[in-house]
Amino acid sequence: MSPLDLLLEPLTYDFMVRALVTIVVASVVCAVLSCWLVLIGWSLMGDAVSHAVLPGVVLAYVVGAPFALGAVVFGVLAVVLIGFVRDTSRVKEDAAIGIVFTSLFALGLVLVSVTPSQTDLNHIVFGNLLGVSGTDLVQIGALGAVVLTVLLVKRRDLTLYAFDPMHAHAIGISPRRLGALLLGLLALTAVVALQAVGVVLVVAMLIVPGATAYLLTDRFSRMLLVAPSLSAACGVVGLYVSYYADTASGATIVLTQGVVFALVHLFGPQRGVVTTRLTRRRLRTPTP
Amino acid sequence: MTHALEVRDLHVRYGTVRALDGASLTLDHGRVCGLVGVNGSGKSTLFKCVMGVVRPDAGTVLVDGTDPAAARRRGAVGYVPQSEDVDWTFPLSVRDVVMTGRYGRLGVTRRPRHTDHEAVDEALARVELTDLADRQIGRLSGGQRKRAFVARGLAQGATVLLLDEPFAGVDKRSEATITRLLRELAAAGAAVLVSTHDLHALPALADEAALLHGRVLVHGTPQDVLRPENLALAFGSDIREVP
Repeated sequence: MSPLDLLLEPLTYDFMVRALVTIVVASVVCAVLSCWLVLIGWSLMGDAVSHAVLPGVVLAYVVGAPFALGAVVFGVLAVVLIGFVRDTSRVKEDAAIGIVFTSLFALGLVLVSVTPSQTDLNHIVFGNLLGVSGTDLVQIGALGAVVLTVLLVKRRDLTLYAFDPMHAHAIGISPRRLGALLLGLLALTAVVALQAVGVVLVVAMLIVPGATAYLLTDRFSRMLLVAPSLSAACGVVGLYVSYYADTASGATIVLTQGVVFALVHLFGPQRGVVTTRLTRRRLRTPTP
Repeated sequence: MTHALEVRDLHVRYGTVRALDGASLTLDHGRVCGLVGVNGSGKSTLFKCVMGVVRPDAGTVLVDGTDPAAARRRGAVGYVPQSEDVDWTFPLSVRDVVMTGRYGRLGVTRRPRHTDHEAVDEALARVELTDLADRQIGRLSGGQRKRAFVARGLAQGATVLLLDEPFAGVDKRSEATITRLLRELAAAGAAVLVSTHDLHALPALADEAALLHGRVLVHGTPQDVLRPENLALAFGSDIREVP
């Protein structure tokens, strides 16, 4: 079998084509968002919101409302609850996040278990990349396009919010509003990705690409290119590997992202742990 | 005549802590004022009230005699943060940071126009950072970092400039450059409010000084404020060790 056949063979299956498109769209949207999450220090918040939207999605399914609406409502509810627990008890923020998102996620699972449905609510947990339907794909594409457009239009404001919210205040730009916008986009992104790839993969896709890109460049504008490119590449590679190795697709993709992060962290051109050690040794031993 | 900055009877409480307890201060255009006080005396809170970050429980803030929110939207209020409040690993260049001073004037996407690039270049030249404009901000020395943020205020065209501890961790040469810059800004009509521990720098820098301890205890020339009996009010008894 030629290398080209290796690449083309899976694409003879419609479900693989849909999986490929889905993972690329979800990777790109999540990765762009992750650039801000990583810099603001909201990785845990991304984790929390992507879990906490589950009951919202289930309830939306039950009453026949759009999933996105349920997700945003519960995403915001999670953040409000986290703030409430943190500010009104002696519990610190990380514990508050842990308590709120696991409780909401568990509520979602309980709701899933009592909701009579032939559909794929269980896939929200582990993802079902290979079972994405044409309708799912349209919804993912539309929501993804909305999120990506808003992120790119407001990218300078969001970066200002991440870097110096005090200055934003001082020039009359409301950081609170920008924070809320980012949070809403996070909830929408979670719903984009949840149906297709499951909550575990969403969390990875919301943190790893931004973190990897951050190790590679000193320019935020470049991060916005590096993160989605890397993430989409990992998604495609992971999907092919899972096809041939017959492994779980979502998990294989997360593993690929983890491996790439590790490689960059160790061997990255500027800040790689091994790279800087070697450079230092070379500087210490003068060449004759 | 309207004051550049007028703070009247400001009260701010965080829980049970009184951060500001009736602080009043006026500052005119063309003046540099040193805001002196110990940690917890309310310097940062006062700044935050002017920037709209903290809403006071009572009292008023006026910028150029007008509502501070409107003044902020005009870009009248510039801010140079304390070093520890900045994430120096953030992937932005010096030029990027200075450009954020122009954001209030830009459209929805904040896409800079030709005039904005010019304003940024000019600001960078004035703080002597033109050669380092494309460096990541963390790759600057302590003094250069401060100058980058002063350049942001310049590019913004701020008429009231607030600086939080600009001399902390700054070498003597940069201190002199920053002092000269602030004097020039004042000469061009800006009102400059500088919070500082550095009492030595005060006479060369400031036209006036205010001693803050929840409220303004003394407001006068730097020499007035630096009198031992005045400093003792704000700093407590160990002040005698400071010459």
